[in-house]
Amino acid sequence: MANNLKTYTVLTLLVVGLVFLGIGCTGNENGEAQVGETSSEGAPAAEAPAAESQSITLKGSDTVLPLAQAEAEEFMLENSDKSVTVTGGGSGVGITALIDGEVDIATASREIKAEEIEAAQANGINPVETTIAYDGISVVVNPENSVSELTFDQLRGIYNGTISNWKDVGGEDTKIVVISRDSSSGTYEYFKEEVLQGDEYRPDALTQPATGGIVGEVSQNPNAIGYIGVAYLDDSVKALSLDGGNGYEAPTSENILSGAYPLSRSLYFYTNGEPSGLTKEFVDFVLSETGQSLVTEVGYFPVDQ
Amino acid sequence: MFNRNYKEKTIESVLFSVSALTVVILFLICLFLFRDSLLLFKNTSLLDFLTGEFWYPTSVNRQFGLLPLFFGSLIVTAGAILFAVPLGIASAIYISEIAHPKVADALKPFIEILAGIPSVVFGFFGLVIVVPFVQDFFNLPTGQTALTGSIMLGIMALPTIITISEDAISSVPSTIKHGSLALGATRWQTIYKVIVPAALSGISAAVMLGIGRAIGETMTLMMVTGNTAVIPSFPGGILDPVRTMTATIALEMGEVPQGSAHFHALFAVGSVLFIITFLINLIADSIKKRYRFKVD
Repeated sequence: MANNLKTYTVLTLLVVGLVFLGIGCTGNENGEAQVGETSSEGAPAAEAPAAESQSITLKGSDTVLPLAQAEAEEFMLENSDKSVTVTGGGSGVGITALIDGEVDIATASREIKAEEIEAAQANGINPVETTIAYDGISVVVNPENSVSELTFDQLRGIYNGTISNWKDVGGEDTKIVVISRDSSSGTYEYFKEEVLQGDEYRPDALTQPATGGIVGEVSQNPNAIGYIGVAYLDDSVKALSLDGGNGYEAPTSENILSGAYPLSRSLYFYTNGEPSGLTKEFVDFVLSETGQSLVTEVGYFPVDQ
Repeated sequence: MFNRNYKEKTIESVLFSVSALTVVILFLICLFLFRDSLLLFKNTSLLDFLTGEFWYPTSVNRQFGLLPLFFGSLIVTAGAILFAVPLGIASAIYISEIAHPKVADALKPFIEILAGIPSVVFGFFGLVIVVPFVQDFFNLPTGQTALTGSIMLGIMALPTIITISEDAISSVPSTIKHGSLALGATRWQTIYKVIVPAALSGISAAVMLGIGRAIGETMTLMMVTGNTAVIPSFPGGILDPVRTMTATIALEMGEVPQGSAHFHALFAVGSVLFIITFLINLIADSIKKRYRFKVD
């Protein structure tokens, strides 16, 4: 009996030990990879921020993600020995990663905030901004809606809740269904800053998890209004002309590039100090003619004009 | 002899460690979840979180009020249960007692297929078909309402309720059924006076598990309920957009800076969800146990 118990205990410990050994291994691999990577051949996953590294990582805005991915792919086609890893997660996530020294470039669809610069400087990081492209936000309604232009004040009223009927802005006598993005979106924050200017979104605004959801609801619902990146405009919705104080402007590429359209924003790369080494090579590539032609292809607007 | 004993013990040990590991993993998840949510209460009081009526996670005056999200989840779940339970139990009775065995055999796989459809597909179906329908039918400004969520959720909870109730009903001893019929009761009297009461423990457990499934559902609800963090009125709120706890976590997890108050608030919402599902499972379990031996 005692003997049986002993066998049982030993075997159990053995199996548990093996299981936990397995768990430990993954941890160890990561640890070793970080230590060994700089000296060895430099796998794609290396996170070493050293300037000489043949591999860099980008993290941040989901708006920038398709663009950054296209740029990285093209860059790696031209330089097969170098590696650029791109992940999304949102502007805030990217900037936090830069502050923590985890990435070489943070991508963002909004400007870095003052408190984020402070946090970075406290960590010995000096964020440097590079504008890589422009993007416009268009306000969209159902094609059946008779309204086709709004002033900024009207738009603000619709989104903060002081205007809730289409007849107040020259449309039919129906309730306005206001749609916003979810609060984790950089577009949500950009729109809040530019249009609401300190006001809260009306609490009963519908929230959609993705641009596709906004397009879907607006194309089905004649009472709805929403905002999307111009890259996502199609025939199922109608883009409104906006008046930011200088007359009504439609979200065309000329108006966005000239800044006449009031809801245009820049897309940014943030680096620790002036870019150097492979980071500089990549940033230069993005700003080059090839890189900027990709910007147009993805649906944004190039910077060099 | 020794060899056999050795083998036996090895199998036992493996099984023991696997289940021990499950417990350890669960324990660690709880620990992680609760630790991260507790950090919220350094700046926000627990009372404010539990009784707050506004969810403004990114505004200058942040407010993390659970109530709109909690009642959002509650109204959607209640609506779903209201129509999924009668429908589910009726289907279960039909399949196990009334339907011809061949018909029952044909129906069962269909119900299982219903359980296997990914929730994003249900969400898409809801968005394209149910949302415009609800909007037109009730003449609402938008069809993205709690009712739409309830309908979708009810359809998704049906397979759980049907299969478990059906199991419970089929396992009622046939002696009881035959005894009732022998006493001169009609088939319908036997069903609702004898079989259903006898299977009640299993049926209640099915309902509780259905509720558990409904509370935890995320993707479909995020797509069809409009995600408006306003406390719904009752019962009129069923036709208003609502936001559930799960949808809030899924919506806002994306860009919330790690370690911020907002981040911890989402974990706190997750903890509340965890506690609710835990309680529901406990209740389902105790119902099953309490009524188990009544039949025999």
